[in-house]
Amino acid sequence: MNSLNIINFLQYAFVQRAFVAGIFVAVVCSALGLFLVLRKMSLVGDGLSHVSFGAIALGLFFGIYPFYVAIPLVMIAAVLIIKISEKARVYGDAAIGIVSAVGISSGVILASMSHGFNVDLFSYLFGNILAVSKLEVVLSVILSAIVLFIIITFYWDLFSATYDEEYAKTTGVKTNFINILLSLLTAVTVVLSVKMVGVMLVSALLILPSVTALQLAKGFKTAMIIGCVVSVVAVIFGITISFYLDLPTGATIIMLNAVLFALAYLYKKLA
Amino acid sequence: MTDIISVSNLFVNLGQTKVLDDLSFVINKGDFVGLAGPNGAGKTTLVKAILGLIPISTGSITILGTDHASFSDWGSIGYLPQKISNANQLFPASVIEVVTLGLISQKSWPKRITYSDLNKVEETLKRLDIYKLKNAMFTELSGGQQQKVLLARALVAKPQILIFDEPSTALDPESRNEFFALVKKLNNEEKITIIIITHDTGYIGRYANKLLYIDKKLVYFGGINDFCPPSKDNQYFEKNENHIIWHQHE
Repeated sequence: MNSLNIINFLQYAFVQRAFVAGIFVAVVCSALGLFLVLRKMSLVGDGLSHVSFGAIALGLFFGIYPFYVAIPLVMIAAVLIIKISEKARVYGDAAIGIVSAVGISSGVILASMSHGFNVDLFSYLFGNILAVSKLEVVLSVILSAIVLFIIITFYWDLFSATYDEEYAKTTGVKTNFINILLSLLTAVTVVLSVKMVGVMLVSALLILPSVTALQLAKGFKTAMIIGCVVSVVAVIFGITISFYLDLPTGATIIMLNAVLFALAYLYKKLA
Repeated sequence: MTDIISVSNLFVNLGQTKVLDDLSFVINKGDFVGLAGPNGAGKTTLVKAILGLIPISTGSITILGTDHASFSDWGSIGYLPQKISNANQLFPASVIEVVTLGLISQKSWPKRITYSDLNKVEETLKRLDIYKLKNAMFTELSGGQQQKVLLARALVAKPQILIFDEPSTALDPESRNEFFALVKKLNNEEKITIIIITHDTGYIGRYANKLLYIDKKLVYFGGINDFCPPSKDNQYFEKNENHIIWHQHE
């Protein structure tokens, strides 16, 4: 290991920023991811991250701060996925495919038109949490807190609509509203995660902690808590390990998540 | 007698297909209605129309004196769906959590589950003799146990009406008898109005006081005791089925 000890490591401002932003985003991703996984909508995250790629390109193209463009555009895309699958004789997964492809293509076209920001744009493909700015930390914390607040206050509606949509309707849950709400929350979360693990790996951050939790949990609330703990542990150790071993942080976080999933699976098999 | 559900001139179309054709009937408080009819007769559609799950084309449904379109007191109707659960086998819900879902009809945003709600859930579990399962995972229970948990979910909000869609398909004969006896007890002791779709016509004769037989149109609605005795020119009730419904007189 490096000569740098843990105390010194934690004194770096960029490391502190990475931990704060990372922990908030990790909690939101795992909480939301559980609903998506159980609804078989895991790939919504993947589709929306591709849209955020196009949206970030658009921001860079016009010289606007990419987050400001990405958040509204990805939210619109999230609603579009629902509307396309409702109105246009298209299955949900195909709708994700359409929106996702449009996102990537527009990003690539904008990049080739600009002749200048390729490097910037492609840094978003794999993200870099150690490079988050102060503004990005503040933004991540505020938006994550809002998303968490909404998840907590709509917990039972989200749970019921995910468990059995038809039954939820008979208890007065407005399931159409809940579906749109979930998509909008996912959109915000995806944009927040892009900086951390990059466009290519966002969906893993949504999926892996939840499937790990599903190996162990005997109840929904427990699954949500286990997912959050797993996600936060992976982020904290991922940042630390990647720093000392000089590895890409996003990929390290995801690989740790995969290891935790494998351990949970083995534990379930053996226990 | 109080009208609990009153349906008049109800038509429901799904796409181009006419599924329910001019149904009218009134269900009173304390009725135990067996809803029967051939496959594709629209039994589930009728129940879903009452529950507000599918739009009606014309006609009206009044529930507890309120027109269906403005009805919002969903806690007064307990529903036990046809499939044991639409949820997949990975869903990690505990028995307590599943039953708690039955209470959220009474809540407004933000929906919080309080200590007294948990008490209601536990009381309901005790009443159905499944308290010891409270922390078990729903998907790991047997078919009969799952059915009881879903019955608890339908009961926990103390509904005035209970609607069951094919409740006995997943049950072995023993749990089936137990299930129907329990439902009958709720009907007798708490005067809960029961509507039950079932292919087990024998059970209708034994437990229900009214038979609602539909085949898109209304074929028969009335007391089990007034139900026409077996006759050979009856197009709907062949001798066997009629005999089974009349099982009550065995």
